[in-house]
Amino acid sequence: MKSNHASRRRLLQGMAGAAALVALPRAAYAADPVKIGLILPMTGPFASTGKQISAACRLYLQRNGDTVAGRKVELILKDDTGLAPETTKRIAQELVVQDKVTVLAGFGLTPLAFAAAPVATEAKVPMIVMAAGTQVIPQRSPFIVRTGFTLPQTTSPIAGWAAKNRIKRVFTLVTDYAPGLDAEKTFHGKFKELGGEIVESVRTPLRNPDYGPFLQRAKDSKADALFVFVPSGEGLAVMKQFDERGLKQAGMKMIGPGDVVDDDLLESMGASAAGIITSFHYSAAHESPENRAYVDAMTKANPGMRPNFHSVGGWDGMHVIYEALRKAPNGTGEQLVEAMKGMKWTSPRGPMMIDPATRDVVQTIYLREVKIVNGQPWNIEFDKVENVGPGGV
Amino acid sequence: MIGNLAGVLFDGIAYGSLLFVISIGLSVTMGLMNFVNLAHGAFAMVGGYACVVLMSRAGVPFLATLPVAFVVAAAFGIVLERTLYQRLYKATHLDQVMFSIGLVFMAVAATTYAFGPSQQPVRLPDVLRGQVEVAGVGLGAYRLFLVGVVAVITVALHLFITRTRFGAQVRAAVDNAVAAAGLGINVNRVFGVTFALGSGLAGLGGGLGIDVLGLDPTFPLKYMVYFLLVVAIGGAGTIKGGLVAAMVLGICDVAGKYYVPQIGSFIIYFLMVALMIAFPAGLYGRRA
Amino acid sequence: MNDPGAMASAARPVASPSVGALPNDRWRPFEVVAWLLVVAAFFAFPQHRVLGSQILVTGLFALSLDLILGYAGIVSLGHAAYFGVGAYAAGILAVHGWGEPISGLAVAGIAGAIVGYATSFLVVRGSDLARLMVTLGIGLMLFEAANQLPSITGGADGLSGISMGKILGVWSFDLSGTTAYVYSGVVLFVLFVVARRLVASPFGLSLRGVRENVRRMPAIGVPVARRLVAIYTIAAAMAGVAGGLLAQTTQFVGLDVLGFPRSADLMIMLVLGGAGRLYGSLLGVAVFMIAHHFLSDLNPIYWQFWLGLLLVVVVLFARGGILGALAARRERALRR
Repeated sequence: MKSNHASRRRLLQGMAGAAALVALPRAAYAADPVKIGLILPMTGPFASTGKQISAACRLYLQRNGDTVAGRKVELILKDDTGLAPETTKRIAQELVVQDKVTVLAGFGLTPLAFAAAPVATEAKVPMIVMAAGTQVIPQRSPFIVRTGFTLPQTTSPIAGWAAKNRIKRVFTLVTDYAPGLDAEKTFHGKFKELGGEIVESVRTPLRNPDYGPFLQRAKDSKADALFVFVPSGEGLAVMKQFDERGLKQAGMKMIGPGDVVDDDLLESMGASAAGIITSFHYSAAHESPENRAYVDAMTKANPGMRPNFHSVGGWDGMHVIYEALRKAPNGTGEQLVEAMKGMKWTSPRGPMMIDPATRDVVQTIYLREVKIVNGQPWNIEFDKVENVGPGGV
Repeated sequence: MIGNLAGVLFDGIAYGSLLFVISIGLSVTMGLMNFVNLAHGAFAMVGGYACVVLMSRAGVPFLATLPVAFVVAAAFGIVLERTLYQRLYKATHLDQVMFSIGLVFMAVAATTYAFGPSQQPVRLPDVLRGQVEVAGVGLGAYRLFLVGVVAVITVALHLFITRTRFGAQVRAAVDNAVAAAGLGINVNRVFGVTFALGSGLAGLGGGLGIDVLGLDPTFPLKYMVYFLLVVAIGGAGTIKGGLVAAMVLGICDVAGKYYVPQIGSFIIYFLMVALMIAFPAGLYGRRA
Repeated sequence: MNDPGAMASAARPVASPSVGALPNDRWRPFEVVAWLLVVAAFFAFPQHRVLGSQILVTGLFALSLDLILGYAGIVSLGHAAYFGVGAYAAGILAVHGWGEPISGLAVAGIAGAIVGYATSFLVVRGSDLARLMVTLGIGLMLFEAANQLPSITGGADGLSGISMGKILGVWSFDLSGTTAYVYSGVVLFVLFVVARRLVASPFGLSLRGVRENVRRMPAIGVPVARRLVAIYTIAAAMAGVAGGLLAQTTQFVGLDVLGFPRSADLMIMLVLGGAGRLYGSLLGVAVFMIAHHFLSDLNPIYWQFWLGLLLVVVVLFARGGILGALAARRERALRR
């Protein structure tokens, strides 16, 4: 992609500039550059996640300058294909041992984060998880700080909404991996607690899923609503089947955490997505000056791409790194993590905070409905739940 | 429950039809040229993206893009066959596997570069959306269309192979290429045209399948196993075998996922192993 | 579909350089050089020891595939099944407290052998395509099974929390991959010597006979099916050990160890280096993984294109893999 070449050129220019700076005589003490090792799935089935996050990180660097607290910031982007945790771990090891990175960041999926966690612990390097959504991830290493979201966090509010809005019987469909199981458990727990009934629950495989038969089963169950959780990128496939089998015409609503109406794909879903209600931490249609500036800048830098929830995970990850460096300019890994604990700021998504006890993200979850605005579908927020913790409360 | 069964059967037949139209080219190529072409899915992908480009950039209605998909994929096929594949007919199967996988890697990366990694949407004409009531069972309109199109193609193929002179040449070359050449048949031309035809059909299948199978740059890798399955179970080089195998696969896959979702995919693989052991050369293979 | 011998016969190694010499087991100079290179790489590239250890582990895995593919002519697209079984065996053992590495490897090997033996009967008959699909099916079934048993395997999230004890009570696994490299290298060398001895033995020669002309072998008294079962089990055990090595050196087992891409990549690496030559497996792995690493660094998004191009070019200009082409060139030079 052309923007990739351009940014690589910029990166190289930045490095050349850094080299030139090093050559100049210095007054105060020489500060090492800050290297951020960004490990993302840039190829393979989860490449769209990597594309969004890397775009957001590059934009942050561009808008906030590549110098923080007197140190030059360098992004080292590596592809781990998203499919082989041993590759993620190896890349993390190489970044730490060879490139001597200050921070590890990225991690598109849960098994990848699990595999790399011991590296962060042993090397005492902060590990910013920007995408993976299973709740237990920060427990795997005291150096993990998450800036994305967790599944219980984004699922619990929709269960509440459904129970209050005449939805009594729900058919649940989740992808069979940890975030999916997290979502299923959270939804079942909260929905049943509020008096609802789970008609049936199915799990689809993570690789090569085929939603047709499952959605047919859902339709045959004649439930009030279909709860769906699939990883970002799969929403379109689900939508096609939902549309084709006439579930909406049969009176079934689609609800769930916002992954299924991922902003990245929402445009391609077109009018058939209208009416889907989800709870999520980010919508590209969020009304705030920060978000409008963010979406404008992202769309300009990456034409044809609408920023999605993964991208804000990357953006806020960079923010957390920059702010920690401002508080502890030459801090060790532990000191940087300490500086990140308790950080509060306004992100393009809304207000958010890093909980000091769990090193996880506490943020506002919005209830949104897909509406057609100017011919394009957007997730329009109509309600919110504030200060939702990683456990969904 | 009967209503469900009919619906599931129909879905399975639709899925199987799609698999058939994409895989038949691979079956004939493997039977005819003895070439293990794991890049076959890439031709389907080319056809699919041709449809997408025409629909989104030129506003061409979906149905009109399908013949173009056929032509574009066939064109790719003939060019690659004449320049690269032809050189490897005498190579070992292992070398052919490595070659075709190398092609797949290149196709996947090139497609990602040109179109990005996300799934592609398709705008179906309104007449093909929603469901149609047939004898009390709601059947997807698009799937009905699919089954119809593939039925027509199958009949056309059958007539082509059995009633035309060229079809007879293909059959002769499949049975014994050396003897066929000895009879004066231009085996080289038969190979080329057949490869182009097979690739074209794959491309058409790719376009038809955007709505059912999805379309993204990893398409050839995702579905390679299914195409190989159709060829292996049906027997390479036969149309009837491919059709039966595709239907069996389609129905079992859909039914498995519908009735026993927990172990749905497991059933397909188990079935594959069982069938391959019982029929090592395929259901209609030449050497049973 | 195809004469079972024809497919693999083109992958046969060139016989000893001087026609008419009896096969022997003496170490040739290039072999000594090859192993010295492995040792030298340890010292020359200290920053890349983790990559090096993974190349060695995959090399062992490829070696096991060469035994059945290059020597016995069984085309397998599901060899990762035994690799995965070994990895999970070693991993589960460690998660439940048994962190001693070498015994863990032994268990991994035995696990691989058991599953290999059990499935070998499905593989010893049928044409190439049939065997391809059967092995593929077995691999996919095991993958699904592992996915459905998250309480044992960790499911799609993988098995983590593996903590390994010290090797022989002295060396512990470190971040820079030093212990991993030496450990994998030693295990690879030991098993390589075993494999080498095996293929040069009468048993190994009978395998080549089976590959070349399976119909004639019973006529000279070779129990074909039994030989194939034996080599398949041995290869599965070796693959299991390789899987165990990966689990121990990375302290993680993901579902991908059983996946189809792993089997497919392995076959490509073997064909790239040249099947049926033992060293082809190591060379192919090294070339493929180094190329992948290097290209991926250069271009994280589109490296696959260049890798694919490399494969296509090698096939067009170097039949029989790298070693095969080199041997062919040498043959032609000798004949002149």
